[in-house]
Amino acid sequence: MKVVFPDHLLQHTGGEREVELLAVNFRELLLALDERWPGIEEVLAKCAVAIDGQIYQDAFLEPLHNDSEIFFMQRIEGG
Amino acid sequence: MSKVQITSSINGESVEFLCEPQQSLMEILREELGRMGTKEGCATGDCGACSVLVDSRLVCSCLILAVEAEGKEITTIEGIAGEDGLHPIQQQFLEHAALQCGICTPGFIVATKALLDRNPDPDEETIRYWLAGNLCRCTGYDKIIRAVQGAAKELAHQA
Amino acid sequence: MSEAIDYKVIGTRPIRPDGVDKVTGRAQFGADLNLPNMLYGRVLRSPHAHARLTRVDVSKALEMEGVYAAISRADFPENPSDLGKNIMARDKVLYHGHAVAAVAAKSLICAEAALALIETSYEVLSPVLSLDEAMADDATLLDDECFTKNLPETPDKPSNIAAVMTLSRGDVEEGFEQADVIVEGDYNIPMAHQGYIEPHACIANINESGQGSVWTCTQGHFEFRALTAKVLGMNVADLKFIASEIGGGFGGKTTIYLEPLAVLLSQQARRPVKMMMTREEVFRASGPAAGTHCKIKVGARNDGTITAAKAWLAYEAGAFAGAPMGPGAMAVFAPYDLENFHVEAFDVLVNKPKVAAYRAPGAPQSMHAMESALDELARKLDMDPLDLRMKNAASEGTQAPYGPKFPAIGLKECLEAAKVHPNYTSPVPEGAGRGVAVGFWFNVGMQSSAEVHINENGTVTIIEGNPDIGGSRASMCLMAAETLGVPYEQIRAVVGDTESTGFSNVTGGSRTTFATGMAVIQACEDIIGQCKSRAAATWGVDEDQVEWEDGQAIPSPGVNADVKPLTLADIAGNAAKTGGPLLGRASLNAQGAGASFSVNMTDLKVDRETGKVDVLSFTAIQDAGTAIHPAYVEGQMQGGAAQGLGWALNEEYIYDKDGVLENAGFLDYRIPVASDLPMIDTQIIEVPNPRHPYGVRGVGETPIVAPLAAAANAIRDATGVRINDLPLSPPNILAQLDNA
Repeated sequence: MKVVFPDHLLQHTGGEREVELLAVNFRELLLALDERWPGIEEVLAKCAVAIDGQIYQDAFLEPLHNDSEIFFMQRIEGG
Repeated sequence: MSKVQITSSINGESVEFLCEPQQSLMEILREELGRMGTKEGCATGDCGACSVLVDSRLVCSCLILAVEAEGKEITTIEGIAGEDGLHPIQQQFLEHAALQCGICTPGFIVATKALLDRNPDPDEETIRYWLAGNLCRCTGYDKIIRAVQGAAKELAHQA
Repeated sequence: MSEAIDYKVIGTRPIRPDGVDKVTGRAQFGADLNLPNMLYGRVLRSPHAHARLTRVDVSKALEMEGVYAAISRADFPENPSDLGKNIMARDKVLYHGHAVAAVAAKSLICAEAALALIETSYEVLSPVLSLDEAMADDATLLDDECFTKNLPETPDKPSNIAAVMTLSRGDVEEGFEQADVIVEGDYNIPMAHQGYIEPHACIANINESGQGSVWTCTQGHFEFRALTAKVLGMNVADLKFIASEIGGGFGGKTTIYLEPLAVLLSQQARRPVKMMMTREEVFRASGPAAGTHCKIKVGARNDGTITAAKAWLAYEAGAFAGAPMGPGAMAVFAPYDLENFHVEAFDVLVNKPKVAAYRAPGAPQSMHAMESALDELARKLDMDPLDLRMKNAASEGTQAPYGPKFPAIGLKECLEAAKVHPNYTSPVPEGAGRGVAVGFWFNVGMQSSAEVHINENGTVTIIEGNPDIGGSRASMCLMAAETLGVPYEQIRAVVGDTESTGFSNVTGGSRTTFATGMAVIQACEDIIGQCKSRAAATWGVDEDQVEWEDGQAIPSPGVNADVKPLTLADIAGNAAKTGGPLLGRASLNAQGAGASFSVNMTDLKVDRETGKVDVLSFTAIQDAGTAIHPAYVEGQMQGGAAQGLGWALNEEYIYDKDGVLENAGFLDYRIPVASDLPMIDTQIIEVPNPRHPYGVRGVGETPIVAPLAAAANAIRDATGVRINDLPLSPPNILAQLDNA
């Protein structure tokens, strides 16, 4: 699956914008990312994430597929 | 400073109260007499949320002193509905969804009452200028104007 | 869920359940409660926009007869957060009106007199009042510890730029090379206020061990409880927050100002303390919307295809970091399918009040810039402005600038509706100009809780945790009526306090009908499950042999049960025998909120002698997903239009050179009044959100976005002069017409 980071997170990924990974759910994906870039899980916990077009302010065990697209993004609030 | 004793009529009921000379009618209505339907939006006469009728005249109760109420007949939002239930203005505000948060609604209803009492068949422009002293931040006024038009029609029908 | 569905009650326009109390003056708003033995609290505020606070001494005020409590920074926990420092100034005051002390006394008059006895000294610093000043290399700093966040490397010196953010795709420079036409613009918008008519107000009643209640007007009492507890180092479980009716918020009542002060004063005085902001305090010391400076560059081919777009967006955060530059940056190009773009945004400290959310926070400012630039682009291309937008419009599957592919969205549907709308096909009135613009907001879900109680006669009570700011009780009742199959009139919705229902995030971000609605629907489904199981037990059949239809349990087709259907009232009336009261509940963190797009158009007329603008017509078209209560959806669209027009045409924070707000009242900060506006035409487009059981998207944020550029574009059309800076007030218009 494709995982994409926005510009403001590149400082945590050594400048890598996009990675290919395998995980069965979002929780596993976070653990895999944290293994690659220790400490990034804490940063990503404060982000929203779009999984296949749907925005999750707080994703947890959402299932992922091999062709899923995952975009981390700033959390949105509102008035 | 010693307090002043005032006697006036509020919604047809004789009321006596004590006030400081510098207190506004709005403050006394709300904080002393518990008539909380009269709202404070600015206390400077700019928003109309505290509109009341004093001897049938529409005023911002924040702009007159409580001592000026001596001997006057005051109508607040609590005095608009009759024994048979809601006044047609109130009913029309509900039916037209003419309120969102509702804080300005008492002032608009009192102001509308004053308008329709003196002009039972106002055109849209007259309504808009009459209500220009009442601020609403939620509705964009569209549904309020329609409610006032509906109330005028309903009152004409009843007359 | 995208197929058309025949709803029974959704889409109807019943009278709201809280309506009668609101038209008779009974509804209790923040300032409408008085408690026995109550004191009144008042706040002493900074007379300087930027100064070191060298001394605060409340002792003389405390000695005054009738004064029962007085607090200042010394009474708050150490190591405050930014929020804590905004609630009560510590080492520095950072804006004119920043709280420095507070007192509680037997009357408002007495409290006001006591403020004069508080002793303070300041070491005055020069105020930083504009983005240009604040971002300059040699700027005076608001905070010596502020190092710009999100840079590739941690900067070595502090700055007023609290954070930056960039978003990019493709190669903008190459994209501009492919362009036949390029437009650029530089746009300024001053701070503006939400202008809710009800000033902030609360009453705290706290006992000797720090437990008690706070009654307050809030968009979210659970979050207010959390924030207050955090600022004061208290335990949330000791504080019960009760939401009063709320007299408008628009984002401005998503954060706390008075509550911690009232709690501390009440604790010190051991009596209830009521605090109410004056209108002047609301303007000076609550949270307005960010002022901005935006630069846009857009290039397109002759056929209208945008080849590249660039945005530079600076947002005033006010005294503490946290301007909505993120959503502003993510929204600026959201309506369009772009291959090459670059967005750079800045969160900048200035000596003005800390900004708060205001409807679609961040988006009106950045999208005003983009939508104004697109208008110029359409003129250069000699193309219809709606056609230009349609040519580049995002639709399902388009990669949004902020990352993901859009699911089903309704932008193209809105553009199509606009193109054939009579207000667009009709000729522009003599002497007027017509402007169009697109609006957008993400919408959010977040956490909500709901309980559904079936009363013994079969009527329904919903308890939810979201203050009803614009008719949401009616929407909750409609969704419950649809789900349960019972009449709307048999359902009541109650906003529970923090002790009577589960946690719920704020009423804001256009989330309540979506997320809390989802909780209500799930709680109703819980009830239906229980009813089916009780009917099955009553009939002696299996649960899966019972169905729920039109508010009653019936045997499934083919089940040979010779029984009479059981209504909700039947089951409730017999509940004691079948297992006790019927209580359904749901709590969730709703995901999948659907983006809402809009198209606005307006005809404006400019008086060239006075610069005054008349609004001849305004049309708001918006994809709301399913409209649960269409009258309140229209109301959101009309209200947002009026606020957007106010921001476009008149509203602005005006500061003097010392950083004193010069127009802190409704006389000089002029919001639209009834005579300023025409009827506001609305057209609700319903592209259902596949992630909500009834297709709700959320409505309230998007309507304020498009009016800013729609108005600016109409004035360009009317006068032939492009005025980039808002507001388009008479002095600004006259000056620009003179310059042209």
